[in-house]
Amino acid sequence: MSSRVSSATGSVATRAAAEQGAASATVAAETAAALRAARLALLRDLQLAFRKRSQLVQPLAFFALVTMLFPLAVSPELSRLRAIAPGVLWVAALLASLLALEFLFRDDAHDGTLEQYALSGQSLTWLMFAKTAAHWLLTGVPLALMAPLAALSLGASPAALPGIVASVTVGSVTLSLIGSIGAALTLGIKRSGALLSLLTLPLSLPVLIFGARATELAMHGAPLAAPLELLAALAVLGVTLAPLAAAAAVRISLE
Amino acid sequence: MSNETLEVENLHLWRGDRHVLKGVSFTLAAGACLEVTGPNGSGKTSLLRTLCGLMYPEEGRVLWGGHDVRGDLRAFHTALAYLGHEPPLKADLSARENLHYWIGVRRPLSAAELDTALARVGARTWCERLVRTLSAGQKRRVALAGLALLAVPLWLLDEPTTNLDAEGRRLVGGLIAEQLARGGAVVAAVHHELPPEAGPAGRLELAA
Repeated sequence: MSSRVSSATGSVATRAAAEQGAASATVAAETAAALRAARLALLRDLQLAFRKRSQLVQPLAFFALVTMLFPLAVSPELSRLRAIAPGVLWVAALLASLLALEFLFRDDAHDGTLEQYALSGQSLTWLMFAKTAAHWLLTGVPLALMAPLAALSLGASPAALPGIVASVTVGSVTLSLIGSIGAALTLGIKRSGALLSLLTLPLSLPVLIFGARATELAMHGAPLAAPLELLAALAVLGVTLAPLAAAAAVRISLE
Repeated sequence: MSNETLEVENLHLWRGDRHVLKGVSFTLAAGACLEVTGPNGSGKTSLLRTLCGLMYPEEGRVLWGGHDVRGDLRAFHTALAYLGHEPPLKADLSARENLHYWIGVRRPLSAAELDTALARVGARTWCERLVRTLSAGQKRRVALAGLALLAVPLWLLDEPTTNLDAEGRRLVGGLIAEQLARGGAVVAAVHHELPPEAGPAGRLELAA
């Protein structure tokens, strides 16, 4: 009797384990499919960007020009430039990334790609994450690579450059993510540029504050771990929440 | 192919203060085709977009295989292909690259499958050209190749024969006939009639 009971519970346990295994296998398969789709969406955006290089260059040229205007407008005296350098760098980076945002979803909304993404049966959140990642690779990373040049022209010492590159790299992740929400929300609106900046600039303030602070500390040769960690925390928060919000906003805009 | 039925119950859709869909109901069995007709502005596109879940109806529901599609929209989307007015193609990618990404996002796709589908729509000679250099009819053909590649049970087509020549229209008819023979279902919004090759179809007339 007791052996029968134990064998019965045994079979129940095996079945439960098998069901659990099957369920986790479907989850794994779904995740694999979502990642494959996200990879393709990322590659598509990169390939398209290299076909239309002018769109790629615009924000970078803007960043370079704005930072070079300050020595002309303020004073070529290095001590005065050094004092305003962190603010100038970050405001220019913020505006340059804003400039690139308009292109993030505009073409995809226009030619029906977003619609097909929404109807693909894949997770729209992952696809939005992929699009934002492509946007960051195409604007955030080049901005971070150009930041040393701009910083040098504003009187930063070479020792400060690694810290500046690190802060722009991490900060631009959050800027792209916040921007993706704004761009998705303003999709249905013609001439959305002004509204887009009104939406995203206030949300970008923490990045501006900690980014400029990190740059300032780097220029003084002080340890900049604290603001960098805060920038990283913002980036993690953005990676977790922004694609969800952008996907929801895209769905609304498609209606 | 699954033998799911598409049931539409009493759909009402408002756009602002305009009552676009006024209680649309129909049932579409597997292997059947439905032509949706009506004058411009009668809501043909809105009906298709409501069916695939892009628009939210104020009243009524859409059932797929007996389940409300709102319950699991993603599972429903894996079963359907929607082709709107404009082919969903990137002007700066070639026809082949477009299909590689568009269909690849939905399912794994081999190069051989791609070649077969492109040859089927007569795109073999120009499939490497950028889409911006293609004519409207050629773009439509690329979209049809994508449709054939998706291999899903439900097709929702908005004016599938626009911009196509006589041979292109026959191609649309042939693709629809194949889809029906596989046990798939087709809903097509049309101004004129579907090509005769598509076979018999039910009709749903929307009033303006």
